Amino acid sequence: MSDTDIQADETVDARGAACPGPLMDLIGKIKDVEAGTVVELLTGDEGSKNDVPEWVEEANHELLDIVDEGDYYAIYVKKT
Amino acid sequence: MTTRIVIVGGGSGGTITANRLVEELDAEVSADEVEVTIVTDDPNHVYKPLFLYVPFGETELSQTSRPLVDLVDHRVNLVYERVTEIDTDGKSVATGAGSEMDYDYLVVATGAIPQPEETPGLGEDGPGHHFYGPEAAADLRDALADFDEGHLVLSVIGTPHVCPAAPVEFPMIAEEWFRERGVREDIEITYTYPIQRLHGVRPTAEWMVPRFEDRGIDSETFFNVESVEDGTIETLEGKELDFDLLVGVPEFTASPLIQEAGLGEEWMEVDRHTLESDHAEDVYGIGDVTNIPTSKAGSVAHYASGTLVSRIASEVRGHQPTATFDGKTICFIEAGTEEGTFIEFAYDREPVVRDENRFLHWSKLGYNEAYWLTARGVM
Repeated sequence: MSDTDIQADETVDARGAACPGPLMDLIGKIKDVEAGTVVELLTGDEGSKNDVPEWVEEANHELLDIVDEGDYYAIYVKKT
Repeated sequence: MTTRIVIVGGGSGGTITANRLVEELDAEVSADEVEVTIVTDDPNHVYKPLFLYVPFGETELSQTSRPLVDLVDHRVNLVYERVTEIDTDGKSVATGAGSEMDYDYLVVATGAIPQPEETPGLGEDGPGHHFYGPEAAADLRDALADFDEGHLVLSVIGTPHVCPAAPVEFPMIAEEWFRERGVREDIEITYTYPIQRLHGVRPTAEWMVPRFEDRGIDSETFFNVESVEDGTIETLEGKELDFDLLVGVPEFTASPLIQEAGLGEEWMEVDRHTLESDHAEDVYGIGDVTNIPTSKAGSVAHYASGTLVSRIASEVRGHQPTATFDGKTICFIEAGTEEGTFIEFAYDREPVVRDENRFLHWSKLGYNEAYWLTARGVM
């Protein structure tokens, strides 16, 4: 179970996504939502742990948390 | 009693599945125990990968489609009407022309629809071009014919998009084509991609880096287009890029039928191995319309149809279906006008990208002709 108190407004379930990949799915969602929205990305891709924070910094959004859920990660991003 | 299999859509997934179903269920179809019907509003079957060649004058639009009736087994019923409603409780589909068809098994193959009007820089009012439709590809051919100096930008704007190879191929073909025309020195080429590498498929991205360097193709990553105005692209990340000719990969979406029928929020939600709907009994999805975690490419529909046909045939015969889909995908990649390569991958297998060569380029050109046999379910 999750050990974070963060409440997501939107969830992107990209578990198993290979191409174009979880980060692309997250970017698509971030484009669509209002500023201030918290998006939760569920991903089984190890690379997402690095890829997502790198993009979040580049795009000036806010990385709230990365939670290891066992066989996947939940990554919380707030759109600024 | 006749078992009715209705397929919505006459693209690669729908056509190949129909042909293979009547072959697999030959005895049952001949005995009128099984009936296979394609419902589509387009009497022509379009082979979309050929649109890539149209801007360079290598393919004429007339070569990109053939009448569907020439491609399907004569025992497949063809209904040229637009499906406007899918009722998965009542197991029927309704068309805009007022027909209603009951089904025992439904295959949804409605594809991915380009949305240039929803894509920054593209559409009627935008300066950008794309090659994901016949008119657009022809317009781009005319624009390229007049383009002999300036900055060409190929930007992957929409995600997800169909055919993961096309945005890689376009700048590489353009680069060589400009050299052949003697104008390369006066043209700058830039490729942009939304994430931090050149392609979503990691080995493909790694293959691209030295090749783009060798060819003098510039690239921008973390580049998510927000707006396009007065010859300048602005991105979500705060970057700006000027262009003289913009070629963009548009957004794609699924038919609104999917959401209206409760089959998915946008893309049709299916089990990635059985291709059965997550939301309705006896309903299957194939091809670009589904949410399976691989590329939106014709080869996926081609390989998935084997699984789908086997599972439906087992159901019809009262057996337990056992066939599963492993996500097999194959994409040719043109590395210019004379050489190409290909990638093959699956859900749990990344591709190995081999060096490009002339043989694989000619293989791709050969396959572009042989595709019509694939549509017929022959190869």
